[in-house]
Amino acid sequence: MTTAPTPVPTPAATDTSGGPGASRTASPTPATERRRLRGGSWLATVPLLAFFAIAFGLPAVAIVTGAFTVSSDAPTGGGSFTTANLTDSVHGAYWTALLSSLKLSALTALIGTVVGVPIAQAVVTSRFRVLREAVLTASGVLANFGGLPLAFAFVATLGNAGEVTKMFHLTDHGWSLYSFTGLSVAYLYFLVPLMVLTITPALDGLRTQWREAAQNNRATALQYWRHVALPILFPSLLGGYVLLFGSAFAAYATAAAMVGATVPLISRQIADALSGNVLVGQGNLALALSLDMIIVAVLVMAVYLPLQRRSARWLS
Amino acid sequence: MAQLISRLRVWRGAVLLLAGIYFLVPMAASVWFSIDDVNGIGFDAYTGLLSAPGFTDSLWLTLGLAAVTVVVLLLLLVPAMIAVRLGSPRLRPVLEVVCTLPLVVPPVALTAGLIGVLRWGPDYLMDTPFFQTFVFIQQPEFPLVLVIAYVLMALPLAYRALDAGLRAVDVRTLVEAARNCGASWPRAVFAVILPNLRGALLNASFLTLALVLGEFTAASILGYEPFSVWIYSVGNSQGQMSVAVSVLSLLITWVLLLLLAAAGRERHHKTATS
Repeated sequence: MTTAPTPVPTPAATDTSGGPGASRTASPTPATERRRLRGGSWLATVPLLAFFAIAFGLPAVAIVTGAFTVSSDAPTGGGSFTTANLTDSVHGAYWTALLSSLKLSALTALIGTVVGVPIAQAVVTSRFRVLREAVLTASGVLANFGGLPLAFAFVATLGNAGEVTKMFHLTDHGWSLYSFTGLSVAYLYFLVPLMVLTITPALDGLRTQWREAAQNNRATALQYWRHVALPILFPSLLGGYVLLFGSAFAAYATAAAMVGATVPLISRQIADALSGNVLVGQGNLALALSLDMIIVAVLVMAVYLPLQRRSARWLS
Repeated sequence: MAQLISRLRVWRGAVLLLAGIYFLVPMAASVWFSIDDVNGIGFDAYTGLLSAPGFTDSLWLTLGLAAVTVVVLLLLLVPAMIAVRLGSPRLRPVLEVVCTLPLVVPPVALTAGLIGVLRWGPDYLMDTPFFQTFVFIQQPEFPLVLVIAYVLMALPLAYRALDAGLRAVDVRTLVEAARNCGASWPRAVFAVILPNLRGALLNASFLTLALVLGEFTAASILGYEPFSVWIYSVGNSQGQMSVAVSVLSLLITWVLLLLLAAAGRERHHKTATS
């Protein structure tokens, strides 16, 4: 499973001079061959780049220009420059929704990290290969088990008529799935496996010698973790946390099907605004909200990508 | 020392047990919920699916969208990635950026952007040939606009999967060897490189397939009814049936993944023995 971007050592493929020896032993043709190839090979990237420029570029332009212009359905007529959309998008109910989204993502990503690492560690240190394979395969499936099926599975389990709720009369104890807590419990169902997938290669990279060296120097298990393992793991851990945060932040379907409007989330506000559920003249608000979301995601990725490189360097 | 080891084992067992409970209970409860009947056990929710209105239509639409998305994605991505390895290494960072950027645009925001673009159609392009294109990609029988959205969403996943596969084989040497043996260019690519990438291609296809099967955001906001949106509307009226579909979708993902693992293992086995 490659949901988790796996750190990979840099291969010789980046070396542009060609494999050592590979070309020297060959007849003279490959040199001209390669030149011809180099001349025309960029053509093969054209379809992808063209598709991307249109399919990704145009919506991006639409979001940015839309966020800064007056909606075309406004009484004054649309099209003129304004910052009102963006200002509105960080005020009132929209601001509450953005904060609530951030809070939910930060909290579930934190719990996902704290819970996922011990599971991964238990799997990595286990002597049973079967257990390892089983947990990793299951993580691969569950990390992809988001969206609607997840929501329905949790409604069937912990919803008001859910099996577990009925069995233990949870509603009498004040339990409700259709709340911030309930949504967090459901999100962890795909976030924890995602963490297990992400952190396992890093934990695999911790050498036994390091632990033995620490033990020989009379370090306790706690000291080993605090002074050796955690500093090495830190980039991977933070990278994993950020990945989880991004997944939780972008999720829409689970929340839409499970809690409806009881937990305000920015993704739901955008969907509502797009379906015309806003005041007249605020059509472009959805685009401003999208821009807010993208800005958060860009910040997240700006933390994640360098970290991923750094951990890849350490643990290869 | 023995005490330490046993303590370690207890700790590990406890962690795995708790995790097992958390992950297995919802599955068991879902299965039970979907077959729990007033008079015992019944499989009505599963048998009723087939005859439910809209089931086959939406399922076919989703499968069609998934197939087209996988084909388009691979046709765009594979030639570009091979070319970058062989002849244009300077384009490699460009490709990497292009395939990472969709990660920073959440599906909801991408959908908002697409709707923004689609609105240009009636607003500005009414009399131009572009308008016909806009109408064409939005036809309800087969909304190509969803394919566009799905290809973008799957791009980072597929890129990573293929990149991992390409790192494992030395494309340049393979092609040079094939060319020296007199193979034509198409033959070198189709008979030498692609078979070596089988695992990665399968992996990328599987991830894309899983994404399209479960995708709800773009389809529901744009107003189409593939399988996921159909489940949602069923879920509002018939809870049991929607849970049955959840159970099935989990099963399908398992099966796909196991097939993938089996295919990968077969390949390893072959390379190991040859």
